[in-house]
Amino acid sequence: MSNNSASGVISLQKTVKQLRFEAGLRRIKVSQAAVDLKTFCLQNAQKDPLLMGVPSSDNPFRPPKSCALF
Amino acid sequence: MGEMEQMKKEAEGLKTQIEAARKAVNDTDMASAAAGVAPAPRVQLKTRRTLKGHLAKIYAMHWCTDNRLMVSASQDGKLLIWDSHSGNKVNAVPLKSSWVMTCAYAPSGNLVASGGLDNMCTVYNLKTPVIKTVKELDAHAGYLSCCRFLSDNEILTASGDTTCALWDLETGKQTTVFLSHVGDCMCLALSPDNNSFISGACDSLAKLWDIRDGQCKQTFLGHTSDINAISFLPSGNAVVTGSDDCTCKMYDLRADQEVICYQDAALNSGVTSLALSMSGRLVFAGYDDFNCNIWDSLKGEKVGVLSGHDNRVSCTGVPADGMCVCTGSWDSFLKIWN
Repeated sequence: MSNNSASGVISLQKTVKQLRFEAGLRRIKVSQAAVDLKTFCLQNAQKDPLLMGVPSSDNPFRPPKSCALF
Repeated sequence: MGEMEQMKKEAEGLKTQIEAARKAVNDTDMASAAAGVAPAPRVQLKTRRTLKGHLAKIYAMHWCTDNRLMVSASQDGKLLIWDSHSGNKVNAVPLKSSWVMTCAYAPSGNLVASGGLDNMCTVYNLKTPVIKTVKELDAHAGYLSCCRFLSDNEILTASGDTTCALWDLETGKQTTVFLSHVGDCMCLALSPDNNSFISGACDSLAKLWDIRDGQCKQTFLGHTSDINAISFLPSGNAVVTGSDDCTCKMYDLRADQEVICYQDAALNSGVTSLALSMSGRLVFAGYDDFNCNIWDSLKGEKVGVLSGHDNRVSCTGVPADGMCVCTGSWDSFLKIWN
């Protein structure tokens, strides 16, 4: 019984310590975070092949045009 | 017993404090903030390759940094290394234990790793004349759900024993153990700068960790079931999670909270895997219902679907150059789409 409460105390101590640490975090406004996320996505959009599409000439996965060999 | 009661009270008080602090900065949500952004184009991707070779369910896949090779793991007891351009198998690694749940490619391309119900992470050298087992990392008390190389010398693991660990591949020992989750750890992802990583677990929490000092820096709440998949946005400021609660969520690290949820009333299958496009605008999420849905990460709208597998999509991955997306399934096939 005493073993259980000893480990229970230690576990709770760790939880409290972790919560104290997380409570001290500095947080920015979601509106600011959203602006930064938007900016990043939009700035990198042109370079995103899955978003922009891949021209077949540049697509390593496109089956090559067949060449006839006579 | 008085001490326990006091600490429980303090814990509750701190949780309330944290919730209030998050609310205080919650002046909008991502979807509202992105109202003025042009919608992402309707994304219609075609299957460019179907990789056939595994004889049983595929559980994991991971791209090599060369954007061409990839490794896949199946419960047929093999890792297969594929050349995605040709569709050919380059290597086959027979596993001691067929109950594999994860695989990873080292950034150098020299090593691959796998693990699962054997509770071990086994590292293989692909560059020796015959593929050799380099190390068997054996210290977890539960299954290995995920692993990722930092380099040829260090690897991170996530385990069903509720811990994550950083290992030194020379000594084969754990350098750091990351303790805080109270449920099986199911997934992990490295930050773009390699200084931190994020983990998702069956306690429905995602946690951000400092790799070097082992400290849990942040905890993200919101999911109501196991988190099976997790990924950083390429900017490093946000993470996306996928859960058995059928939703994906984006959490911003600096606002320390959920900023958008990707869900649909018609979707009632759990999310098994996810990957982001290069700009972070598209989220590819694999579901138990055999599909991979494509979400606009800013607006929260579904913009496409990848249908073609005949069983659960268990893994997804986008290579570093963002040229395609790969899906792996319990139907034993991998498909490459763009």
